[in-house]
Amino acid sequence: MPLQSLDIRRRSATTTPSPAARAAATPEVAKLIDTSKCIGCKACQTACMEWNDLRDEIGTTTGVYDNPRDLTPQSWTVMRFSEYENPKGDLEWLIRKDGCMHCEDPGCLKACPAPGAIVQYANGIVDFHEENCIGCGYCVTGCPFDVPRISKRDHKAYKCTLCSDRVAVGLEPACVKACPTGAISYGTKEQMTHDAAERVVDLKSRGFEQAGLYDPAGVGGTHVMYVLHHADQPGLYSGLAAKPTVSPMVRLWKGATKPLALGTMVLVALAGFLNYVRVGPNETRDEDEDQAEREKEQTHV
Amino acid sequence: MTNHWVDIKNADVVLIMGGNAAEAHPCGFKWVIEAKAHNKAKLIVIDPRFTRSASVADLYLPIRAGTDIVLLGALINELLSKDQVQREYVTNYTDLTFIVREDYGFVDGLYSGYDESKRKYDRTSWDYERGPDGFVKADPTLAHPRCVYNLLKEHYARYTPELVERVCGTPKAKFLEAAALIGSTSTTTRAMTIMYALGWTQHSTGSQIIRTAAMVQLLLGNIGVAGGGMNALRGHSNIQGLTDLGLMSNLLPGYLTLPGQAEQDFDAYITARAPKALRPNQMSYWQNYGKFHVSLMKAWWGDAATEQNHWGFDYLPKLDKMYDMLQVYELMADGKMNGYICQGFNPLAAAPNKAKMTEGFSKLKFLVVMDPLATETSEFWKNFGEHHDVDSSKIQTEVFRLPTSCFAEEDGALTNSSRWLQWHWKGADPPGEARTDIAIMAGLYTRLRRLYEADGGAFPDPIVKLSWPYARREEPSPEELAREYSGRALADLYDPKDKTKLIRKAGEQLSGFGELRDDGTTSSGCWIFCGAWTEAGNLMARRDNSDPTGIGQTRNWAWAWPANRRVLYNRASCDPAGKPYNRARSLVAWNGKAWGGADVPDFKADEDPAQGMGPFIMNPEGVARFFARGGMADGPFPEHYEPFENPLGYNPLHPKEPRATSNPAARVFKRDREAFGTADAFPCVATTYRLTEHFHYWTKHVRLNAIMQPEQLVEIGEVHAKELGIRAGDRVKVSSNRGFIRAVAVVTKRIRPMTIEGKPVHTVGVPIHWGFKGLAKPGFLANTLTPVVGDANTQTPEFKAFLVKVEKA
Repeated sequence: MPLQSLDIRRRSATTTPSPAARAAATPEVAKLIDTSKCIGCKACQTACMEWNDLRDEIGTTTGVYDNPRDLTPQSWTVMRFSEYENPKGDLEWLIRKDGCMHCEDPGCLKACPAPGAIVQYANGIVDFHEENCIGCGYCVTGCPFDVPRISKRDHKAYKCTLCSDRVAVGLEPACVKACPTGAISYGTKEQMTHDAAERVVDLKSRGFEQAGLYDPAGVGGTHVMYVLHHADQPGLYSGLAAKPTVSPMVRLWKGATKPLALGTMVLVALAGFLNYVRVGPNETRDEDEDQAEREKEQTHV
Repeated sequence: MTNHWVDIKNADVVLIMGGNAAEAHPCGFKWVIEAKAHNKAKLIVIDPRFTRSASVADLYLPIRAGTDIVLLGALINELLSKDQVQREYVTNYTDLTFIVREDYGFVDGLYSGYDESKRKYDRTSWDYERGPDGFVKADPTLAHPRCVYNLLKEHYARYTPELVERVCGTPKAKFLEAAALIGSTSTTTRAMTIMYALGWTQHSTGSQIIRTAAMVQLLLGNIGVAGGGMNALRGHSNIQGLTDLGLMSNLLPGYLTLPGQAEQDFDAYITARAPKALRPNQMSYWQNYGKFHVSLMKAWWGDAATEQNHWGFDYLPKLDKMYDMLQVYELMADGKMNGYICQGFNPLAAAPNKAKMTEGFSKLKFLVVMDPLATETSEFWKNFGEHHDVDSSKIQTEVFRLPTSCFAEEDGALTNSSRWLQWHWKGADPPGEARTDIAIMAGLYTRLRRLYEADGGAFPDPIVKLSWPYARREEPSPEELAREYSGRALADLYDPKDKTKLIRKAGEQLSGFGELRDDGTTSSGCWIFCGAWTEAGNLMARRDNSDPTGIGQTRNWAWAWPANRRVLYNRASCDPAGKPYNRARSLVAWNGKAWGGADVPDFKADEDPAQGMGPFIMNPEGVARFFARGGMADGPFPEHYEPFENPLGYNPLHPKEPRATSNPAARVFKRDREAFGTADAFPCVATTYRLTEHFHYWTKHVRLNAIMQPEQLVEIGEVHAKELGIRAGDRVKVSSNRGFIRAVAVVTKRIRPMTIEGKPVHTVGVPIHWGFKGLAKPGFLANTLTPVVGDANTQTPEFKAFLVKVEKA
């Protein structure tokens, strides 16, 4: 990985420290998706495909507006449409742009066994470096939002990059640029949190008393956040996780068990070394005996 | 639009009805979101379906397709009875005080003067009473029983909230909630904007639906003010330019009209279109009709337009009737047409009743299709299985396909809904053999002209004498054409008040239509565009978006017709003394000597308001009309008539008068009437519409759009689906009396069952975007289903309400 504009803070399965000589040039960033301004037009989906040179299959209609039906290696973001009849008996059409949430504590990166296949930049963006990906799918298991998809063509994992290439040169992500209603915005996480608070006040004044910001603590917060009319029920938005956390298996695997495993490995190595110094050199084989015999004869000549 | 896109941010209430702005105009819809986020605006959406617009609305009202006049009429009744009316505005700026002729009448759904055999009205009685001075009679106390106010009140007293629930299927409580919110904008500091589109125009009563809404806006004082207006969202670039340039069978550029065959006399033709003022000291702007018309003729025929041939009037065709799309296809189906040229038009897909279209095209000798894409029309003769099942061996029509560039491959101006002419520059050269439309039309014209020059003909003058002053005869440049429609002086022009003062030298571009003359010394190809390209250059190419007042009046961005005015009727934003009603959103004001402000005043620039001139200077009475006089074909007040295919079979307002079931003044051809279906065989109300992922029948040729919405679908309500045993994703067959389509069922809560006059009625949604050409999955043309009948005034087809049945495929 060449030194680039975005500083890498963390890499998967790597023990050498990340470069730290220069100060992080950008503060932590976030994309804010305001579901109360989103009209589900899919301009973001199209912009994503255009910028990233992706072209999904021309699929089929399955009886809903969602198309493509799910995230794929070619569709890094999709709109999910959900019809909800509220307790007053009024219909709400809750539309959510789904895609990578760019967790502050990314389960995918934790789970990934391939050195440098998943990185997190100093600004918080979580990015896949597919050249290092071994296609094991552990990131899929590790993701609390079911986002990464493994390509059948090259057996590598793909997902939204938060347009790290655009962001690195001071541009907003392609979806933000394309959004016609301003439902998607981008900036520092601090600014986005502040803007969201304003939107929540507006929504509360319109009767959405449980309006709020979705920035779940279980994954350390996210760098993609939602303004929700019903922040108390994220599940209404096509099953958005209410309390996402990194899977306990991943935590166990890369958390508590990691030092144990490392300890075991150290013990094995140590045992080997001790065995070598204590036993190894004292063992003799037939060749050694022959060699010794030959040397003895030569000294006598 | 009376107002413009950016101005929507000034609204306090936004009503979207007869349109689905979020879906069909997502970019412009940002201003609704802006009004909500920064002006605390409330959004009301009224639609048969819970749409993408409804998904961000504060209040949604369902309505049965085709009953908009009932709901809007009840709104008028509600505003009048609750006195939520901008009093000063309506008494000074509308015709409420005027007295209507005694012989005007309205009995059981029919207005005075009806001729059943012709399905037409004699409109003589639909007028104001005049005094001996020729001016209208008025009663400022509103006491006279025949003043417009009392007639209006009486007419809409029948339109009650209960009727709304019974006929529209809109819950009464929801209606009253919306009415209260709408009524809140009758104050001078609050404004409501109305955004509508083809959901209103595509009805047999379309023009009258729009009039009813405009009447609501007048009562509230919402016309001419920032954040208000009647805003038609034009769905197609360049459809606003198309109407402005008069591409209708009976129109000339700038909303001038062609003479009828009874109008052979030039002076009588002009006089009929230049009405004298109906009130003292009133400006009647159409008095200038002659200047606009003669300047147009000079642009067309140049030196050949002379006083002797009445400035080219003698060259104009005199119409025996309107040759609108439906009339033309009737003639085609009758085998009375030999050839047809489709320019940027896919009528097999876009016109009603595909079977009739196919029959008509099959009777042509030749068909020319100018289009960037391989359209369905251009392959109407080919068999595409069940999607288009024809026997090619029986079709002899010769089809010529002339590939054109698309808008992004040429320079020129497009006119948006805001009436802005925005110049654009091409992004790429057209592929292959494609040429611009200008090059193809010029090539056709120069060849035809040579044939007429060589062989003569019955009346070759209008063709061989057409002015053709372009540097490249085979391809005039967009710049040359733009300078021509804007206009120039043909002789030195002197100030009429001071004959020594030279205003403009011969050959110079004119600064605006105020400089046009009717003596052959000026030329302008479209008077409302006059001033778009002046001596200062191409004003349409301006890109300065500075907004000094903060209310979105970016007067140096592009150029708006007329006269770069951004909000029409803006004089009405001030009180009679000329003070702005709302100082925070002031458009214009009287400063004691002149009118001026954030906008170009829509008024005589130096007219002292104390003189009492009315603000609606395009009407000879100077005020806005509740009573349309003879301006509408189907009545001076809008009345509810059922769609020609409706689930009831009668008009709930006139159950005993079968002549008033559907619009009595709408033209219906015999074969089309025979093709109508009835509710016993086709019990569901269908409506066609667009989805945001696609644009008409174009984008199914585009891979990205095809990915977003790949396959034909229809939308049916959950209750309806359950009754039929249909699950989301099942294939269904939707049929009307004219044919059937098959598509995937989207089963949704967004379409609710309705009870209309005690009878359960289901709505079926039919998006239009599929066909048998393109990259998306092949499908049926939605207009296989639709009936052939148009609005009584415009002949826009009734695509938004007809009858179907749904079955599991």
